[in-house]
Amino acid sequence: MRKTVAALALGLGASLLAGAAQAQATLTSIKQKGYIACGSNPGLAGFGVPDAQGRWAGLDVDFCRALSAAIFNDAGKVRFIPLSAKDRFTALQSGEVDILSRNTTWSMSRDTTLGLDFPAINFYDGQGFMVKKKLGVTSAKQLEGASVCTQQGTTTELNLADYFRANKLKYEVVAFASADETFKAYDSGRCDAFTTDASGLYAERLRASAPDDNIVLPEIISKEPLGPAVRQGDAQWSDVVRWTHYAMLNAEEAGITQGNADQMLKTSDNPDVKRILGTEGKYGADLGLTGDWAYRIIKLVGNYGEVFEKNVGQGSPLKIQRGLNALWSKGGLQYGPPIR
Amino acid sequence: MSNPIPAEARAAPRVSPLYDPRIRAAAYQILLLLAVGLAAWAAVGNAAENLRNARVASGFGFLGNTAGFDVNQTLIPFAAANSTYGTAFLVGLTNTLMVAVIGIVLATLLGFTVGVARLSPNWIVARLAGVYVETLRNIPLLLQLLFWYVAVLASLPAARDSYAFGSSVFLNQRGLYVPRPMLAADAWAIPAAFGLGLAAALAFAARARREQARSGRRLPVWSVGIGLVAGLPLAAWGVLALSGAAPLSFEVPVKGTFNLRGGMQLYPEFVALVLGLTVYTAAFIAEVVRSGIQAVSRGQSEAARALGLKPGPTLRLVVIPQAMRVIVPPLTSQYLNLTKNSSLAVAIGYPDLVQVFMGTVLNQTGQAVEVVAITMAVYLTISLLTAFVMNVYNRRVALVER
Repeated sequence: MRKTVAALALGLGASLLAGAAQAQATLTSIKQKGYIACGSNPGLAGFGVPDAQGRWAGLDVDFCRALSAAIFNDAGKVRFIPLSAKDRFTALQSGEVDILSRNTTWSMSRDTTLGLDFPAINFYDGQGFMVKKKLGVTSAKQLEGASVCTQQGTTTELNLADYFRANKLKYEVVAFASADETFKAYDSGRCDAFTTDASGLYAERLRASAPDDNIVLPEIISKEPLGPAVRQGDAQWSDVVRWTHYAMLNAEEAGITQGNADQMLKTSDNPDVKRILGTEGKYGADLGLTGDWAYRIIKLVGNYGEVFEKNVGQGSPLKIQRGLNALWSKGGLQYGPPIR
Repeated sequence: MSNPIPAEARAAPRVSPLYDPRIRAAAYQILLLLAVGLAAWAAVGNAAENLRNARVASGFGFLGNTAGFDVNQTLIPFAAANSTYGTAFLVGLTNTLMVAVIGIVLATLLGFTVGVARLSPNWIVARLAGVYVETLRNIPLLLQLLFWYVAVLASLPAARDSYAFGSSVFLNQRGLYVPRPMLAADAWAIPAAFGLGLAAALAFAARARREQARSGRRLPVWSVGIGLVAGLPLAAWGVLALSGAAPLSFEVPVKGTFNLRGGMQLYPEFVALVLGLTVYTAAFIAEVVRSGIQAVSRGQSEAARALGLKPGPTLRLVVIPQAMRVIVPPLTSQYLNLTKNSSLAVAIGYPDLVQVFMGTVLNQTGQAVEVVAITMAVYLTISLLTAFVMNVYNRRVALVER
């Protein structure tokens, strides 16, 4: 009897979990409930972190705001649900969040076995190492015998094993469930090195007890295309997410900014600009949104370059260079397919 | 037998099976079982179909896939290159079992000591034991674990400034390093001699018991026993040492670039978890022991004293055996609690079953339903096994009515 009850409870729990995943079309349900449930990082400076007033800030957080602007003409209709790396996919699969926008690496197995789609890449990153300056280490190749702190359930954990294996170096991995615990363990000296995506290294270094005592090693050991993820099988919602990112890229390329959007709307004769701002064509309606969807994003949140500089670039303490994240026209990888 | 009841009246009255209470009861049971089975079947089928529709991989095939990540503390060989998720599961399971077994042994020792101390006639000892119990069982275990890990062990010196005890034992915030015993090829003779000595000592003790029951004569069990258990391995050692190479050598930890190398390492995550679980559970066990001892009527120890038994033997021979009957059932619950609480390892990075399997494996494979189901089944099995063993022991110590 005990076994039967356990099996029943398990089965019921499982069916509830999966039942929620079978809800109606995501865009319709978002419009109905009046907000977007956005899975965010619990605290990564530059990407998703609540400030002292509890207001979320960051590149990934602003992406959800851009979606909210496009759908509701209001950047504030987002509920942020902080998710650890370990919990994030289950939360998305089960329908707890509509979108996962928390520096998640797009990899083939995640795309094919988790029931997820990665519509866009909003940050090209790579994994690096941070060590204490006083160790005198200048390259990751010198980490033979080191203890390395990492967060479990990440691609970081796998790349780390690959890197040390490929370079025939011995190491000791110390894995923690949350980014916070991981960094604290490194900061307190439990590990010699801390590894995560390079952007994360710069962000976490700000939290160190003495930021200047730590250096980031030059090696980048992996490709980490970070972007939002949605449940597979909802092509419309996938499209909305994908084109929100592309609209922000195209706006930057066309020179439309938060500041000049209104003026461009009235005066510009450039057909590219007119299509983006919705004065020509009915691209928004075909997406399930209004004609001025992209105008709302730019007006209320900004174009990609503005959001980047404000959160992780020169306007932020992180001071990350555009690098791979520059527009294709400026030597980077960010390329927005045309809106037409 | 003057007025026998007619045979037809003794037979049960003929009732339609529809109204037969026994048949009805059985029918209800079967119906209930069918309903439960059907619901379970529907739920499992529904979950499987929904997972399929959501294009989430399902099934247990992932256990054979290469894991690709490393674990720092393993009892069985594990390497990112060629170990599978199934091996990762075993790594987590063995780590959980190790913590549970060591924790249970230490918590029992500490708990019995504190429990007895709390009843000590010595005021200070009794009060100290009381303070221990009241403080530690009222602070959440998670806080205690974090205290040991973050406040105590992390404040030890860095690897380069380790505390050194002699030239071969080191303590730093990465753990305790001790020399690793390296057995020579023919050193198996030493543990074999130890086993032989132990068996012989046990046999002698059994004989001594029979002898005492028969004639009242007491044989020197302790001295002979210690002689056998310690003497035989020493003799084996001596023979091996005389015949050539040293049977036992030690690999001493030495300072490397970052960490100490070689030797055996006791990781701080492991130490914090064992310390936390032991100290916390011992507080409860102490109370169980105290209640058990107090449940033995005073007349028993007074009678023992009247017979001339000293306090030690009174406790050992009269009070404890009777107290065990009261102690064992709640003690079992404490053992189960300790085992289940070991899953809090996830908070301090010790790779137990929950940390490795429900943490890393679940996340790398995304197969939440399967991983959670396996983990639940494992804890259920461990708990039922522990309960079974303790119930067997309980039947042995339970009051036997004569």
